[in-house]
Amino acid sequence: MKFRGKIIDVACLNHFTRVVTTISKLTKTCVLRLTPDNLFFILSGKVTNGGVSMWCELLQNNFFDEYQMEGVSSEFNQICLEVSPENLSRALRTVQCAKSVKIKLTKKHCACLTVAAELPTLSSASRVVTHDVPVEVIPRRLWQEFKEPVMPDFDVSIYLPPLKMLKNVVDRMKNLSNFLVIEANMNGEMNLKIQTDLVSVSTHFKDLGNPPWGEDASQDGGPSQRGDPELLAEATVDIRKLQQFLVGQQVNPSKAMCNIVHQNVVHLILLHEDVSLQYFIPAVA
Amino acid sequence: MCRDGRKRESAGQSRPLSVQDRRRAVRGASGRRAGPAVCELLSFGVRFLPVRAALLQQVRVLFFPVFPSGSVNITLTMQKGDQNATFLCRYSIPRGLNFRCKLAIKSVQTVFRSLATLEKTVEKCHIGLDEQKDRLTFTLHCKHGLLKTHNLSYQDSESLEAVFDKDSCANVFRAQPRVLVDTVVHFPTSLEEVTLTLSDERMWVRNHVEDEAERSKAVLTELCLAADEFDHFDIKLHNSITFCLKEFRGLLLFAESTGLPVTMYLDEPGSPVVLSVTDSVLEGNFVLATLSDDHYLRQSNRGADAEQTRPPDDFMNDDMDAYLIAMDSSVAPGPSTADPPSLAAFRKPPAPNYRTRTYSEEEEDGEEDPERPPDKKFRSLFFGSVLPPSPRRSSQPFTTQEVLASDSEEDEAEAD
Repeated sequence: MKFRGKIIDVACLNHFTRVVTTISKLTKTCVLRLTPDNLFFILSGKVTNGGVSMWCELLQNNFFDEYQMEGVSSEFNQICLEVSPENLSRALRTVQCAKSVKIKLTKKHCACLTVAAELPTLSSASRVVTHDVPVEVIPRRLWQEFKEPVMPDFDVSIYLPPLKMLKNVVDRMKNLSNFLVIEANMNGEMNLKIQTDLVSVSTHFKDLGNPPWGEDASQDGGPSQRGDPELLAEATVDIRKLQQFLVGQQVNPSKAMCNIVHQNVVHLILLHEDVSLQYFIPAVA
Repeated sequence: MCRDGRKRESAGQSRPLSVQDRRRAVRGASGRRAGPAVCELLSFGVRFLPVRAALLQQVRVLFFPVFPSGSVNITLTMQKGDQNATFLCRYSIPRGLNFRCKLAIKSVQTVFRSLATLEKTVEKCHIGLDEQKDRLTFTLHCKHGLLKTHNLSYQDSESLEAVFDKDSCANVFRAQPRVLVDTVVHFPTSLEEVTLTLSDERMWVRNHVEDEAERSKAVLTELCLAADEFDHFDIKLHNSITFCLKEFRGLLLFAESTGLPVTMYLDEPGSPVVLSVTDSVLEGNFVLATLSDDHYLRQSNRGADAEQTRPPDDFMNDDMDAYLIAMDSSVAPGPSTADPPSLAAFRKPPAPNYRTRTYSEEEEDGEEDPERPPDKKFRSLFFGSVLPPSPRRSSQPFTTQEVLASDSEEDEAEAD
């Protein structure tokens, strides 16, 4: 098993660091899956996470100037590592001014992802700083837990309002209640509602637009897609989970969507140029 | 602080020490976790010492007098960039008085709280000792005849002297504070201790992890500095010294504010490390305790590192070609029809080359119609069934591959 990647471009390093930092705000540990073309940060939905799951996909070509990996075998050409994204993010953040940054899978006292950066100095020799981030290799028999999530058979799919606006609303609502109802329809309308004994607050968004998945996109969910566009699908979620998702977002995505399966799950999708992030929040009963 | 850089006074005249400078000296001396400061009025100078008995750390800032006598003048030179200014102040002490007291440095700081206000309104500062009432009186003479008096009570104290001898230290180096600040910035702020390993041409700085258990979870950071980054680098003894990083950071802040180079004197593990900031007028010695040798013996092999010549950094010599060749030779051709449970499975039939082509084809399709989101990609990624891991396995033994991390073969056997 080998992995070696090198980032030379400052903008790429910056972007990569921001992605890792976003992931670190969403979860304390996650699985980093390496394939010849992609990197994935995966969090599988478990009771311990509150059922939240995350899938973040990066195109390695857009970040790394050099990238070589050799998986467990030629047949299973992947590497799965359990890592703390916070450690990785901290290591990357200190080396933003580096001439080049290499990330390597190494074996020190345990398996590590070593971030080695060459720093510019006034003297002849450049300074090398290495951060050994401990990781745990995930054996192949557990890989099926980290499969790509299947696109849920959603009832409504809608574009999200600007994330900053959404975050402001959710922040205020969080002070009033722990549970938030997200409802939307295929007419570009979305409502966020909270209800307590004393007060109920709802925020309405209009003209958001709905992603045109098209006929071929809906496999079996045909009837619900072509139903009444005014019909609202809703899901009640733990507001803190939504807030956690919004807090971590540092860059405005080119597309932000939300799929709702009525009273089941909220599926958030953020698309950037070379990164896609999906986040599943289960509905509470 | 004299902003226009004029030399304000010449010897012979006396003026009260401007309050902002007093405050700066106090602030610089305090450090971040200093205990109550010891303020000593001696016959030749004023000494500020924040003392932490546990770590035996002291800051000594000595002011050298111009005219030693019953009435003493202190000269303080402050330097900031190109500007420098000299201030004189006068204090009189009855002859023969050797008095020591202890004041919380925070109390002294409250007297000189807001620099902006001080600069605008305060004309002079008078410090008096009232032995009967056990207090130091700070009187600020402000504009418009306003007098602000602060009475700070003190405690008697014994002066703690750190026993150290800079000249007997085997290893000395001197650097601009910026170099050291740039080094410590790579370590997390929560890190307690740091280890310096010294050799003839290089210095390695590593974070020090106490527990064995911590070691498997903590990020180990290492930084290497070459001798030519230092103003002076004289290493006679190759060893490793561990001391408290938090204190070190605080001291570097002080050194950076003075702009003076920092000299470090190191000796055996267990002997204190001395950081010295020296000027013609100012001498600051910061003494830090270090971990002793028997502590190292308990650690596994860490001490031994210092003795060996460190291997040249393999990242500097990383050769991609060699790496690729190694990769080629270790990967034996396996059955090409194998179906890896990866992204490829969701797109098209396997065979690596075809997979790459397919991906780019799909990308092109997506781009043709910019109106639509990349739904095809999603479809290929998310729709469709999840394939079980292929039951067929390569008969190729795994031992030919260089495994960098633990992945025992019994796991492979169980996966079936």
